[in-house]
Amino acid sequence: MEALLAIIIAGLVGAGVYLVLRAHTFPVVLGLTLLSYGVNLFLFATGRLTVGQPAVIDDLAAGYADPLPQALVLTAIVIAFGMTAFVIMLALKARKELGNDHVDGREDEDDRAEPRNETRDAGEAGV
Amino acid sequence: MNHLVMAPLLLPLFAAVVLLLSRLGISLGVRRGINFGAVVLELGAVIWLLLVVSGDGILVYQLGDWPAPYGISMVADRLSVWMLLITALLACAALFYAVQGTDRGSRHFHSLFQLQIFGLNGAFLTGDLFNLFVFFEVLLLASYGLLLHGGGPARVRAGLHFVVLNLVGSTLFLFAVGTLYGVLGTLNMADLAVKVSATAPEDLGIVRAAGLLLFTVFALKAALFPLYLWLPSAYASTSAPVAALFAIMTKVGAYAILRVETLIFGDDAGLVSHLIEPVLLPLALLTLGLAALGALSARGLRRQAAYLLILSIGTLLTAFALGTNEGIAAGLYYLAHSTFAGAALFLLADVIVRGRGGLEDRLDPGPAVPAAPLVGSLFFLLAVLISGLPPLSGFLGKWMLLRAALDSQFVVWIFVVVLTAGLCSLFALARSGSLLFYRASGGAAVVAAGDVASAAGAPAGVDWPRLWPVIGLVALCLALVAAAGPLTEFTAEIADALLTPERYIEAVLGDAKEVGA
Repeated sequence: MEALLAIIIAGLVGAGVYLVLRAHTFPVVLGLTLLSYGVNLFLFATGRLTVGQPAVIDDLAAGYADPLPQALVLTAIVIAFGMTAFVIMLALKARKELGNDHVDGREDEDDRAEPRNETRDAGEAGV
Repeated sequence: MNHLVMAPLLLPLFAAVVLLLSRLGISLGVRRGINFGAVVLELGAVIWLLLVVSGDGILVYQLGDWPAPYGISMVADRLSVWMLLITALLACAALFYAVQGTDRGSRHFHSLFQLQIFGLNGAFLTGDLFNLFVFFEVLLLASYGLLLHGGGPARVRAGLHFVVLNLVGSTLFLFAVGTLYGVLGTLNMADLAVKVSATAPEDLGIVRAAGLLLFTVFALKAALFPLYLWLPSAYASTSAPVAALFAIMTKVGAYAILRVETLIFGDDAGLVSHLIEPVLLPLALLTLGLAALGALSARGLRRQAAYLLILSIGTLLTAFALGTNEGIAAGLYYLAHSTFAGAALFLLADVIVRGRGGLEDRLDPGPAVPAAPLVGSLFFLLAVLISGLPPLSGFLGKWMLLRAALDSQFVVWIFVVVLTAGLCSLFALARSGSLLFYRASGGAAVVAAGDVASAAGAPAGVDWPRLWPVIGLVALCLALVAAAGPLTEFTAEIADALLTPERYIEAVLGDAKEVGA
């Protein structure tokens, strides 16, 4: 079971890293999602893998499943979920503002080219 | 139980929740009032906390009264309160600038501002590693919103890089936390400090890997070489008060490095003690050198300010990397100075940009900035502060750092790099200053043709409301000089407390025994 879990985590993280390094926003978002899946499984495994063990005190139990990593994973899932939703919205906004879905907007790194009224503070509605 | 510890957390959280009600039609004026009230109350609470902590030492709050290694501990020691105080003062100045018009456009600016402070304060107060991750996420999520506030392609592009990098950083953080929990079985930092000294030899490699992974994450937040590349475009493209508030964000990384380095991987950590310092010093010096080159080569004032912020981080972490009492004390003094001075430069850059019409912050000769004598004098003062010339606080900080470095075996390297970087920043700022203020052509011909935005908004005279926060921050730096004696004593006390973590551990874990009994 340990070997299988390790292979799954390695596969998820490897695919996630590959996708995060892509040049377009959609694969990057997918990669971040896969990375968070990988790390959630990893966190889950830090409490050691047990089968059929209770997490709360029971006189008859031979051992216990560590409940803390499960709580950590739950927190991590919620945060990753919120972040994924945010990054998708940001990717859509970038697609709209920059005219393409390249992570660099496919322009030279030259902020001077921006028209002034678009970078001003009291511009259009924010995010 | 002292509930005062929770005040710097609960105040911004409640203020943020109340401000979210703006959907129900709270007007902008009321939102500004609530935000100001909350910021001032926070400052009051932090000062109160400072008075208590400088007397009693360490205040511990166990959430829900769960005993220490099982529940989440909030710990207010001198270091935490020092960071809280800097944050609260910076927030006042940034907010004062923001209400001059930056906060229009998006109705959630004030709410995000308070959430940002909530995340920052939480990161400084928490005594639990996983909780630190959660507060990092809170402050990052708020910072994403603030960074993008106002919109525009430059912000969206820089924001996308910032968000993706930090999400990858969060994943690494979770891996590090998970590994530490898997090996040591605890996440409470005080408990970790106890357990790590008893690491079994076969687990050493894993603990080392986890510790260095943690360091990588904190280095990303602190913008340490080679993980600083996201910072210049992100800070240069966002709105001025947000960039000013972000001056403390990189310091969160530095704080976390310092806390973990002294508490968990300190002298008592047995085989894994001093895990971070050998890596930290060369990286900090490299950061210093490259940031100095960046500041010299920057073609825009805001980008230059961003590089100077990285330069201050390099100096700060050089001080922390010394690992001695004097080094850390010098670093903590320099931290306050560099936060205020860096933030003031971002704000002043925005004032200058507003006066230059279509030229923006490009370092080309152009029309004179309105109220040039006043703005120029402030710029000159800031240049003296940031490049560390006597007699102001930058000089004092660097002098203490160099004096502390005399005992280090790398003293030559530290002297050469720190002094050269200081010289480079002096050149960079002198060049910008002469371009902006001396080589200005003609009178205050602000309005270029077709530049409608500035024609409507630019006032003819001195832009006092926008200059007051800058003056306030400069005054804080001057206060750092005036009160240098007591303040350096205080930072030396902080450094003492950090290098003898037994008291911290006892305060967190010992308190639990009392509760359990």
